Amino acid sequence: MRTLPRRFVPRSLLLRNLLGVLAGLVVVVLVLETTSPFRNSQLATMSYYAIAAAGLTVLTGLNGQISLGHGALMAVGAYTTALLLEGDAVPFSLAMLVAAAVTALVGILVGAAASRLHGPYLAGATLALAVGVPGLAIYFDGLLGGEQGLSVRSPRPPDWFADAHYFVTAGDLSSAKYLAYIGWLTLLLVILLLANLMASRFGRVWRAVRDDEVAAELAGLRLGRLRVLAFVVSAACAGLAGAVLAMVVRLAAPSGFTIVLSLSLLTAVVVGGLGSIAGALLGSALLVFLPPAVTNLGTGAGLTGVQAAQLAPLVYGVVLVVVMLLAPGGAMGLLRRFWRRGINQGGSR
Amino acid sequence: MRRPGQRGLAVGALATIVTLLITSCGAGGRPEEDQGGGSASDVGVTAESVKVGAHFPLTGVAAPGYSEIPTGAKAYFDFVNAAGGVNGRRIDYVYRDDAYNPTNTSQVVNELVLQDEIFAMVGGLGTPTHSAVLDFLNSSEVPDLFVSSGSLLWDQPETNPQTFGWQPDYEVEGKIIGQYVQQNFPDAKVGLFLQDDDFGEDGEKGARAYIDDQIVAAERYAPGNTDVGPQVAALQAAGADLVIGFNVPSYTALSQLTAMRLNYDPQWIYSNVGSDPALVGSLLSRFSEGQVTDAALLQGVMTTEYLPGVDAPDNAWTKLWQRVWDAHGGQGQLSNYRIYGMAQAYTFVQALQAAGPDPTREGIVTALEEMGGELRGPAFVPYRYSADSHAGLSGVKVVRIAGTGGTEDLSPVLVTGNGDTEITEHTEEHAAPPENGIPNVQPQN
Amino acid sequence: MQQFVNFTLGGLSQGAIYAAFALALVLIWRATRIINFAQGAMAMFTTYLALTLIESGLSYWAGFAAALAGGLVLGALVERVVMRPVEGGPELNAVIVTLGLFVAFQALAAILFGATFQSFPAPFGLRGFTVGEMTIAFTPFSVFVIASVVVVMLALTALFRFTDLGLRMRASAFSQEVSRLLGVRVGRMLTLGWALAAVVGSLAGLLIAGGNLVHPAYMDAVIVYGFVAAVLGGLESPGGAVAGGLIIGLALSYVSGYLGSELVTLAALAILVAVLLVRPRGLFSRVAARRV
Repeated sequence: MRTLPRRFVPRSLLLRNLLGVLAGLVVVVLVLETTSPFRNSQLATMSYYAIAAAGLTVLTGLNGQISLGHGALMAVGAYTTALLLEGDAVPFSLAMLVAAAVTALVGILVGAAASRLHGPYLAGATLALAVGVPGLAIYFDGLLGGEQGLSVRSPRPPDWFADAHYFVTAGDLSSAKYLAYIGWLTLLLVILLLANLMASRFGRVWRAVRDDEVAAELAGLRLGRLRVLAFVVSAACAGLAGAVLAMVVRLAAPSGFTIVLSLSLLTAVVVGGLGSIAGALLGSALLVFLPPAVTNLGTGAGLTGVQAAQLAPLVYGVVLVVVMLLAPGGAMGLLRRFWRRGINQGGSR
Repeated sequence: MRRPGQRGLAVGALATIVTLLITSCGAGGRPEEDQGGGSASDVGVTAESVKVGAHFPLTGVAAPGYSEIPTGAKAYFDFVNAAGGVNGRRIDYVYRDDAYNPTNTSQVVNELVLQDEIFAMVGGLGTPTHSAVLDFLNSSEVPDLFVSSGSLLWDQPETNPQTFGWQPDYEVEGKIIGQYVQQNFPDAKVGLFLQDDDFGEDGEKGARAYIDDQIVAAERYAPGNTDVGPQVAALQAAGADLVIGFNVPSYTALSQLTAMRLNYDPQWIYSNVGSDPALVGSLLSRFSEGQVTDAALLQGVMTTEYLPGVDAPDNAWTKLWQRVWDAHGGQGQLSNYRIYGMAQAYTFVQALQAAGPDPTREGIVTALEEMGGELRGPAFVPYRYSADSHAGLSGVKVVRIAGTGGTEDLSPVLVTGNGDTEITEHTEEHAAPPENGIPNVQPQN
Repeated sequence: MQQFVNFTLGGLSQGAIYAAFALALVLIWRATRIINFAQGAMAMFTTYLALTLIESGLSYWAGFAAALAGGLVLGALVERVVMRPVEGGPELNAVIVTLGLFVAFQALAAILFGATFQSFPAPFGLRGFTVGEMTIAFTPFSVFVIASVVVVMLALTALFRFTDLGLRMRASAFSQEVSRLLGVRVGRMLTLGWALAAVVGSLAGLLIAGGNLVHPAYMDAVIVYGFVAAVLGGLESPGGAVAGGLIIGLALSYVSGYLGSELVTLAALAILVAVLLVRPRGLFSRVAARRV
């Protein structure tokens, strides 16, 4: 029972990841089909957090570059999507691809500047990015809709999808559910790509750069390029996340991309465990499901609604500090530690 | 290195799948729709209750003042519930905070519609915020009644059949202010101080219909940025001696403060939205440790009115609101914002009565289209509701804020419509409220 | 012309505040190599403390003093309790901890003091001076702002130049090992450095709030401006931070006045990127600082 027959686990990493993602797909379908429209919409929200967080965790956890500017990158993706979807000429899938590409281009720019900075300097510069970029939408209000933003007509399910869905589940496809499907399919795709990337040569050299710049440089790695590449990959994810956000929220407006969004993403990846995609998923789930729970606790304890609504950010902040002080590996780090301890005890028996 | 997690993950995934399969068997069946009896006639309606929802800024830049509106509405609904409700149904009123942030509004309304399963939206506040959910509410076929904003967006019966405006729209208000300035300040150089969204835009459109040639500057501020120094300085530099503001209350305080800093003293006219003397005064009075008194700063400022407010304590409607607030209000005094909320709630009770004993979402929309134009209530002027129009109240009167916090009328009650519609005087007597304070609308048919 | 004068004067008094804030960042950076991203939130918190006291009937000055004292205590506490374990560790961890504090303080303030806009009093008049025919956007309160920033700078200079305590603080910032060998209690000096920085930060918070509206996020943009000012001045030099603050204040005031207020944060970003790419050691730094 201890050793699973090896043939159940394919040799090739790509195949293994593919299998994992397929299993994930099954779970996603089951969950979305069995939960209420409200849960569907929560899950849709979680999907865009998770896409962005997965990208961020590659950047920060693997490559050691912090970014407080991912909210701004998501804004680029969201606005691109909103502009493309105006007038129904472009299918949403194409709009998402373009959004990812445009954001990746922006990522080259930002990444080129960021590759020369480190630690606090990088944090400060990306913070300025997060605070500054929404101003563009207000300045170019003719094109970008100013403070009110651009409203996005979220895609309606095509007939074949609705039919297929009915065929499988004998239920109607609500718009919340359809959006959740879009978000989660995108997320699974992103996870598949990132997981392969992390296990590839790039993942290894990124880690090398993070752990010892000098050694990596001596080994002939071109630090600048590698850093920019990590930023571009991460930016493309943020762009996709922005595209999903625009469709789920049905709006791209400056108020959606405040510094709070960027800090939430950072919270998600730190709490989940820097550098771990599973951690990013866990962290994003917390971002979505923790606030209602904490708020209920707060109102139960006699706080007013407004006060209770602030409990969630309070918890985020405290957790960020506590995690860094006590368990810098985050939740996945803790899990791994317990797992290892379990193995060791098992082995000594 | 061996990956110890592999098997754990597989087991975990399997466990998750099994759990989900089991739960799905339990939850698979659809709830049977209860068609018979007419008690639970639609989403959000049961034999005992009707659930309605709204989004308001309870925090953030727009919260001063606006956060009081839902407390007023809640007090009035409680008042009606205490008297037995509407057709035996209690009105459950749920309101949530969106911090005047459109992205939040979208999430909050999602919760209201999908989780709380409200029958209708009543009084969701704000132009940028509410326009973010317009499409969602209409495609979900949720009646979206009496938006707390005077944007023209709410009057699109073709594309947004579920949405109804309530207060006089900004174009109507801008037109009436414009005509007043044209007639009474024909030589004034007019500056506009505008919120940079539809609010400012519609107001500007209305004002320009009459005084386009008098306007020397139009300055816009971004809500959220509290530094309006450059805008006010530009108005001063353009030589404007009369400034019309289409802005929210915090910005009335900020613009007054900045003008004082620059020793700039034009005649100010603020839209009804941003002119509440009590609120602006309380914001202003604390600056400078009482060196600026509240009454002094807004005295002489002009604005518009369409509801009798706290400055008219002898008005029969104000007396009713006071009675409601004393019996069911929470902390704090009756204010114009609370009156606004109560007046909206009153209108909703009228609409619910008009929808008949078994209200449906479709029914309440039809009832408003058919009977809304005849409804009379707390406002000086009638609504413009019909099958072709979802526009709200049709006019305002221009008033001046007196030193004591009261107001004096500068014009009769004026009514108009959008576009080229002429401005006319509204002569119908403003009827007093019913004795028990609860409307009694008989459904048609 | 009048507009230009007004923008300049407005920029100078804002710049003085950014200078104070940048100074606070520099004090901490020199001592512990940490950028305190929670500085703005801490200042906001103590400003609310002052507002609460003033509302309860105490005078402006009582609130003012309480806020500065609160800053002192808060700064020391934060250093001792949460920053000490991450000092000298991976720089990312310290950044994340200060960001966590930032989020936590902001939420806590919203819970304790409410999240609506409230007006904050100013101890002096808010009506602009009149020079000849012209009214300029320079008020008695602006004079107070600039004067208090100058006083703080002089006091800090005196502390570091002429007192034994200042010498020990400089020594611990310069080299912890050597200072320890010389018998300086480095830990205490670090705590004191954070506490002093928090006092200066609180002052900046109070000065920005005066005669304006406050809400829990009102210092958010100031963190960015202060950071840009500090980087402009080279992060190492207090004098550079002050100069940087004034430059940023002026530049942003012109941008806001001539181009549009929505571009202010973008302008700050542009200045920051330009400085970091062209002259990463800042405009005034003479020391060979490490590459950024």
